[in-house]
Amino acid sequence: MSAPVRSLTIVGASLAGLRAAESLRRSEFDGRISLIGAEPHLPYDRPPLSKQFLAGEWDHERISLSAPDKFDALELDLHLGTRATGLDVAERSVTLENGTTVSSDAVLIATGARARKLGVADRPGLHVLRTLDDAIGLEADLAAGPNRVVIVGAGFIGAEVAATARQRGLEVTMIDPAEAPMIRGLGVEIGLVCGEVHREHGVDLRLNVGVSDILGSDRVTGVILDDGSTIECEVVVVGIGAIPNTEWLEGSGLELDNGVVCDQTCLAAPGIAAAGDVARWPNQRFGELMRVEHWDNAIDQGTYAAKRLVAAETPEPFAPIPWFWSDQYDRKIQLAGRTKPGDEMMIVDGSIEERRFAAIFGRDNKLTGVFGMNRPRHVMQFRRLLADEASWDEAIAFGQS
Amino acid sequence: MSNESAGYKVEVNFDLCESNAICMDIAPEVFEVRDDDFLYVLNETPSAEQRATVEDAVSRCPKQAISLVDLPSEG
Repeated sequence: MSAPVRSLTIVGASLAGLRAAESLRRSEFDGRISLIGAEPHLPYDRPPLSKQFLAGEWDHERISLSAPDKFDALELDLHLGTRATGLDVAERSVTLENGTTVSSDAVLIATGARARKLGVADRPGLHVLRTLDDAIGLEADLAAGPNRVVIVGAGFIGAEVAATARQRGLEVTMIDPAEAPMIRGLGVEIGLVCGEVHREHGVDLRLNVGVSDILGSDRVTGVILDDGSTIECEVVVVGIGAIPNTEWLEGSGLELDNGVVCDQTCLAAPGIAAAGDVARWPNQRFGELMRVEHWDNAIDQGTYAAKRLVAAETPEPFAPIPWFWSDQYDRKIQLAGRTKPGDEMMIVDGSIEERRFAAIFGRDNKLTGVFGMNRPRHVMQFRRLLADEASWDEAIAFGQS
Repeated sequence: MSNESAGYKVEVNFDLCESNAICMDIAPEVFEVRDDDFLYVLNETPSAEQRATVEDAVSRCPKQAISLVDLPSEG
């Protein structure tokens, strides 16, 4: 771009959007930054929603992403509680639900993703968990002491909610049509270990079975499984993935395909970039088009994309190693890298039996990932090997050293 | 950042720290998560040259458990 960017609109007031604004101010960008958020709340941290917040231990203030004085110091042009409804790519102007139009030299799209629903009518007792308001509603239902909570979908959100509900002393059934929990993130073998951890903590875990209907019209009374059996419950939590929020961009001319499709520097069009859960870009390191829903990526990509939009020179392609963590009971699960079904796996420290171990994954004599259960140190050490594109043999040798 | 000539101190709120070890990845000469899963601060007063790296670790901590405190300059 020829003219320097003097103003920027960030659409999405969560982790990626906020960290983008912060990084710009840190780099002495003193132009206007407009921040648009669909939710009425100031930016807050989502990971605690399924854990400490849902346990009733932390309140809203505790999960704020920015102290009030630090947030004020960013001097943002703030538009909260109103969603973006359209983008004029050529003009870089964003129209809002409340009728306002915000025009800038550049636009950062960070509208995130929303919880996928079951496709049945909403009713009291039926929950998803994505936003603060979702968490407030679910926490109230858990606090009321239901006889049983049914979790539909044993992914990370479902597994974390199951752990929190058990810690609150509630009976929990968790259902998933796959053969292991968290199978997309962890694979079958590790997923089954995590499933055993849940069973050891009293979760009635049912795999290889789906849900065909939710019972109760005024309020949830149970679920029907697709093997014909029925489970009575007062609360259902659906955790079956997330859908990127791109509907507002339809007709804008941007390429939308399971996210906003960007180039390898997160640019979707001249002066327009995307970051966080909504962005899909070719990650050079892995040679594939990626959309990453991890917390850490929202920070990295938000920061990167902001720089991409305002810097005079094009930065190196955005090619991070995905990393995430999940806390369930007293186990900390972490995975770094990009594993696929069929990768070789090797335990490099601890043992599955003691529920404290590190495992590495490899393919074509390359290290592809590292998993840790209560082994953060090992995960970070192997993450560095991933960054160095270590071979499988080198990784094994490191593990034995 | 203000007061760059004076030193600074790394403080960790261990009530918040969950030993995700991100800080160790970014600044291994300052932070270490050991075999007991606890974080140890190897150097509470890193050099001015290390400050940018340590600040990166501060901002990337999943629990926002690390902070830097500027030390009053001597004399």
